[in-house]
Amino acid sequence: MTRKRRRLYLVLFGMALLGVATALMLNAFSDNLVFFHTPSDVTAKSFEQDRRFRLGGLVEEESVKKAEDGMTTHFRITDHDNAIKVVFKGSLPDLFREGQGVVAEGKLDASGVFLASEVLAKHDENYMPPEVADALKKSGQWKGDE
Amino acid sequence: MQTLHKFANPARFVRMSSALLPWMAGLSAVLIVVGLYLGFFVAPADYQQGESMRIMFVHVPSAWMSMFIYSGMAIASATGLIWKHPVADLMAKASAPVGAGFTFATLASGSLWGQPMWGTWWVWDARLTSYLILFFLYIGYMALWEAFDDPQRAGKAAAILALVGAVNVPIIKFSVDWWNTLHQPASVMKMDGPAIHASMLVPLLTMALGFTAFYIAVVIVRTQREIMARKVRTLRMAQVNQ
Repeated sequence: MTRKRRRLYLVLFGMALLGVATALMLNAFSDNLVFFHTPSDVTAKSFEQDRRFRLGGLVEEESVKKAEDGMTTHFRITDHDNAIKVVFKGSLPDLFREGQGVVAEGKLDASGVFLASEVLAKHDENYMPPEVADALKKSGQWKGDE
Repeated sequence: MQTLHKFANPARFVRMSSALLPWMAGLSAVLIVVGLYLGFFVAPADYQQGESMRIMFVHVPSAWMSMFIYSGMAIASATGLIWKHPVADLMAKASAPVGAGFTFATLASGSLWGQPMWGTWWVWDARLTSYLILFFLYIGYMALWEAFDDPQRAGKAAAILALVGAVNVPIIKFSVDWWNTLHQPASVMKMDGPAIHASMLVPLLTMALGFTAFYIAVVIVRTQREIMARKVRTLRMAQVNQ
């Protein structure tokens, strides 16, 4: 075996080992690498009260209600299987609307309502001009959540 | 392998790349101007994000470039380590600041985009965090080159870092599929075709081609300078040893 050959195999072997080690590590930490939990996760795993976490999903249609103080918003976050009531006091991002993805950070209270201290909007990978979006909705080819 | 060996001769590399340089420089200037014009004046606003979507025309091509350049550096580093190709290490070294620049542009433009759309400048989700690590890898790679007096040893150490860091590239790419993140999943490079309207895809790809030509032009100039610097060093060493 020439020295070049030997170096080639050494590099390939090293990279393969490194790849396997990284894959194992990421797999082990998988639970901590998610940015948010879905309503189904929260229902299934029964999160303790007062433990802060992020809840992500879609704002349920016709669930958004502004309280009389003008600052507090009540809505539900859903993943189409389960939904969780959320209360948030503060200003919402521009993209916040019914049917839109959001991630809220906060904790559950005793009655299972999620008290959010921060709400972030999440958008999807689709980009198109408004006219195209309208045309798709009209023709029934709309694949989005609205 | 044959073509690689042709480029291994630094004199031939300088000759061939000098011929390519004006074409790449001109092409990048034209494509970037056209791409910016199409992106900012011709492309329509997005149905959800409105005018803010236009940040995409800088953000996304920069992000592609930073990953493409890092992958290129890793391949060049492997070539340098295994076949002792004299130009490969220098090309990787010449690429690093360009890649770091694109990475910084991506982070800055993403932050400016995140504030109005998501409601935050920064979050520690899997995509943003793994991408920040790419920036640190670039910085670390450049620092390592400067940390040794002997360029041979510096090149070897930096090449190993470039290779080790290469595992991060697929992690960045697939982070949005493997874990849930605040960052959106891929719009263009995905299995079932782009999820982006042609009127926005054309300026995006024009910018990407313009950035690629820019990178090639800059890397040619920088690699040639590295070759000169190495020659000067060899001559000085020869003088001292006389």
